[in-house]
Amino acid sequence: MPDATPRGDADPITRDEVAHIAKLSMLDLSDEQLDLFTGQLAAVLEHAQDVEALDVHDVEPTHHPFGLVNVARADVVVPSLDRSEVLAQAPDVEDGRFRVPPALGEQP
Amino acid sequence: MSSANDEATELAITDPETAIAIASAVRAGDRSAREVIDTYLDRIAAHDGTIHAFNEVLVDRARARADAVDDTVAAGEDPGPLAGVPVALKDNLCTRGIATTCSSRILEGWLPPYDATVVERIEGAGGVVVGKTNMDEFAMGSSTENSAFGPSRNPHDTSKVPGGSSGGSSAAVAAGFAPLALGSDTGGSIRQPAALCGVVGVKPTYGGVSRFGLVAFSSSLDQIGPFSHTVADAAAMLEVIGGHDERDSTSIPQPVPSVTAALDQGCEGLRVGIIKELSGSGAGDHGVEGIAADVQARVTEAAERLEACGAVVGEASVPAAVYGLSAYYLIAPSEASSNLSRYDGVRYGLRVDGPSTAAMNTASRTAGFGDEVKRRIMLGTYALSSGYYDAYYGKAQRVRTLIIQDFAKAYEQFDVLLSPTSPCTAFELDAKTADPLMMYLNDVCTIPSNLSGDPAMSVPFGTGADGLPIGVQVLAPMLGEVDMFRTAAVLEHEAPAGGAAA
Amino acid sequence: MIEYTTTDDNPAHEDALGPDWELICGLEVHVELSTRTKLFCGCRNEFGNEPNTNVCPTCLGLPGSLPVVNETAVEYAMRLGLALGCTVQRGVFARKNYFYPDMPKDFQVSQYDKPTNQDGQLTLPDGVVIGIERAHIEEDTGKSTHIGDTGRIHGATSSLVDYNRAGVPLLEIVARPDVRTAEQAKWYVAELRSIVEALGVSDAKMEEGSMRVDANVSVRPVGSTELRTRCEIKNINSINSLGKAIIHEAKRHIDLYATGEAPVQETRHWDEAANRTRPGRRKEDADDYRYFPEPDLVPLVPTDAVIEQIRAGLPALPSARRASLATAAGVTPNEVALIVERDLDALASDAIAAGAAPDRVLIHAEQSMADGSGALTAEAFAALVRMETDGELSSTQTKDVLAELIASGGSPADIAAAKGYEAMDSSELEGLLDGLIADHPDEWSRFCGDDTGDAKKMAGFFTGQIMKATKGQADGKVVNQLLQARKG
Ligand SMILES: [Mg+2]
Ligand SMILES: [Zn+2]
Repeated sequence: MPDATPRGDADPITRDEVAHIAKLSMLDLSDEQLDLFTGQLAAVLEHAQDVEALDVHDVEPTHHPFGLVNVARADVVVPSLDRSEVLAQAPDVEDGRFRVPPALGEQP
Repeated sequence: MSSANDEATELAITDPETAIAIASAVRAGDRSAREVIDTYLDRIAAHDGTIHAFNEVLVDRARARADAVDDTVAAGEDPGPLAGVPVALKDNLCTRGIATTCSSRILEGWLPPYDATVVERIEGAGGVVVGKTNMDEFAMGSSTENSAFGPSRNPHDTSKVPGGSSGGSSAAVAAGFAPLALGSDTGGSIRQPAALCGVVGVKPTYGGVSRFGLVAFSSSLDQIGPFSHTVADAAAMLEVIGGHDERDSTSIPQPVPSVTAALDQGCEGLRVGIIKELSGSGAGDHGVEGIAADVQARVTEAAERLEACGAVVGEASVPAAVYGLSAYYLIAPSEASSNLSRYDGVRYGLRVDGPSTAAMNTASRTAGFGDEVKRRIMLGTYALSSGYYDAYYGKAQRVRTLIIQDFAKAYEQFDVLLSPTSPCTAFELDAKTADPLMMYLNDVCTIPSNLSGDPAMSVPFGTGADGLPIGVQVLAPMLGEVDMFRTAAVLEHEAPAGGAAA
Repeated sequence: MIEYTTTDDNPAHEDALGPDWELICGLEVHVELSTRTKLFCGCRNEFGNEPNTNVCPTCLGLPGSLPVVNETAVEYAMRLGLALGCTVQRGVFARKNYFYPDMPKDFQVSQYDKPTNQDGQLTLPDGVVIGIERAHIEEDTGKSTHIGDTGRIHGATSSLVDYNRAGVPLLEIVARPDVRTAEQAKWYVAELRSIVEALGVSDAKMEEGSMRVDANVSVRPVGSTELRTRCEIKNINSINSLGKAIIHEAKRHIDLYATGEAPVQETRHWDEAANRTRPGRRKEDADDYRYFPEPDLVPLVPTDAVIEQIRAGLPALPSARRASLATAAGVTPNEVALIVERDLDALASDAIAAGAAPDRVLIHAEQSMADGSGALTAEAFAALVRMETDGELSSTQTKDVLAELIASGGSPADIAAAKGYEAMDSSELEGLLDGLIADHPDEWSRFCGDDTGDAKKMAGFFTGQIMKATKGQADGKVVNQLLQARKG
């Protein structure tokens, strides 16, 4: 997973960081909201610091409470949805496709 | 939405019918499903204006379904174990052609093209879906005040919250709008509102009930489970909805345990441990703080009653459980931030236009999500972002392992564990909305079971100093539903007068 | 994704860059697996259907939908991994989070730090080994069409999205930056394509997009071991374009360094018409993908038994086939590459085993079987080549007969007889030559004279005359032998 730059200490989250993650999250925050959320997120993250009391160095992470592996399905075709039912839910449609404003930027 | 002008009205049903009784009467032809549903629809019409348990009541569809059940009986066939039983569904369970909103503006009016597995199973068992219940937006909350469509109210005192996030479902059962309801439980969202509304609420073992068709909040924590008046009704519902589903990769490949058969086994010799870290007895020392004295007293009383019925009661220790809240509020938002990315205005749901796709995405999400959802998306985005992953998400998943290990140790000594479900009884509307962390603390006792994946349920056990219901939480190891229901059945039988159990 | 370390045991040099600069190139190839259904749902994996007809809640990313992995996609992935000599290991799916309308969930499910296949290699026909870092399973995106004035993203008024391709299984094969010439890059892709085809796991058509190649290009001064800034080139639609794109990009870097500038790390697009790369529009914050393990899927843990079973079922791969034919024919593997690529190696080996001259077998396979061997059997092929080397058929006649054998089969002797290709016996040719010498005494003396140039010319004259007289049935080689013998 992403590089292990350890978070040095309990530095509270900054307003700039909140603005940055809002952007990553595709959310537009007003100045007042930025202030409010910065304080609220800082409080939750500060509370989360209590896990620092635990030594988890040699503990494996749990991603799944029930350790299933190799769950797979056979390569068998299942009927797809009716297109009109799918497109009926779309905000904008053209020629059997979903229409969106121009997609700028690169797909990674 | 302020509680200032609200009068405390009591609308909880006092002599509820059980689902089992309804189904057996309908199957025997003694009652028509149509008559049953009309009774419930009448009660909804009379009181849901006050309670707001439902986002949508499916009057015509429910009647048509009930008629179909009656036709089946008339044809000499068995409609199934839920014949004619009205069922309320949390509004994050997909229902084909019926709006599924998650109480969010962003999904308002969305008609899924498919049914959730649990919906298929309920209807296949003769159940009649009566409506979609209100909830905290995308199941993020503990009071149902985070609904885009306004809060639900507690039937025991309409100036109080019903708990959350499945508050619409718990309120629906408590108010007598349906004998059964389904909710989803990611951090306590079935058990806590069950406790606050004085009904039974069950979070099954993770993977015990298919999540296919449950709109995801936090995939590794979410479980669907029943609300009911009685432990036996919850058992009947679990047997209908549980069991393997090949459409959910995390579904346990085993049949659901036969819990109904366990109900009359009593608790002779059962080893019951009170979790000291979650029960106030260790508060200020190694336990969580803020457990109300009256709640703690009921848990102690419950243990005494079990002991009197033959159980062996002791003190259990799950030290890492106190860190559950911190781990949960990193894991759940992280998964949520990713699960909720799809609400982008492209394929369904709300679109607010913009000059580019990205601008449209941002405008739609900004307008469509409420503040709590935004907070959690951002918290999760932060916890997963480059440089913070190990310190937050990664560490939380390791704490999760410790919690599992500590539970495993406790279960070497005990068959089931006890704790409060909620640290307090139902609180006033708006009492905790200004402080997210304070709201999060409502889940302190319920979260550990979501992190471990173990089953847990809340059973009504008397009332608090304010006369409002108190729930006792029964926890069991993975797939330990049989012992959990045995214990719950005894507690239900032994509950002090004033408890809501039938 | 590339952990940018190179094995540096490839001494080849790209001449187009001049003597001072070395090309460093790493290739990332996406191959669409040819399963019946998509990676996580039962929708048809088919190209060319009406838009948005092969979609379901899962591949549309509808709320509440869940993925279940296609066991055949996993098997195909392991097949290719084993064929590339990878370690097949516990695989874990992760989510790569970014917003794009092609992606129904706004995250891509891919393998991140635990790919199914890790650390393999691919040996080019010339023996150079290209390291494979990993070959991981992931889902494809949908397809956007940009409409508006220009038809390009820039200036489009809107985009239309079709999700038929969303969720199609991909295998991304990430090579180490071991490629040193454009030619090697082309060989690498051609070789990978042959392997994929031999395994039957993909159509691997670059033109249809079922095989997509991205090239990471950088340069460094010859003799240095540093790794300089690289650019990723996308939108390469053929193997030929790949070579051109790499050289163009490398030269662009060299030119920048020459003027004291440096390239910036970015994604660039190959513009085939303009014969150059162009910068893509850069996406802000694009590189924080917030990977984490996909909680809706469980790990893939192949057992040793499964791995061995798949390994045992692998067909012979192009490199082994080249080695085998090369040994049989006594040539280098490179010389039989085309024949193996055309799937003619078994026929050629069998014909050689049946006694046919290897050099003639290889030449005929290369020159006359571009469209395959048709109805030709190894026995007939061997018999034909024997007739040719025994002098019963001229090479022209051999080609004629071969064409007919390919078209409709049969016996080479019968076909030769039917065509009247009876071998001239020497006495007949000697008689003809006697007559010609008598009729052309001047020419004959010039042939026998000291002027070798003139003698050669006259040899041509007499051969031509004999061919004319025999309507081309005489074997030129035999005629030449006869002429030389008469000359004394
Ligand atoms: Mg990729
Ligand atoms: Zn699909």
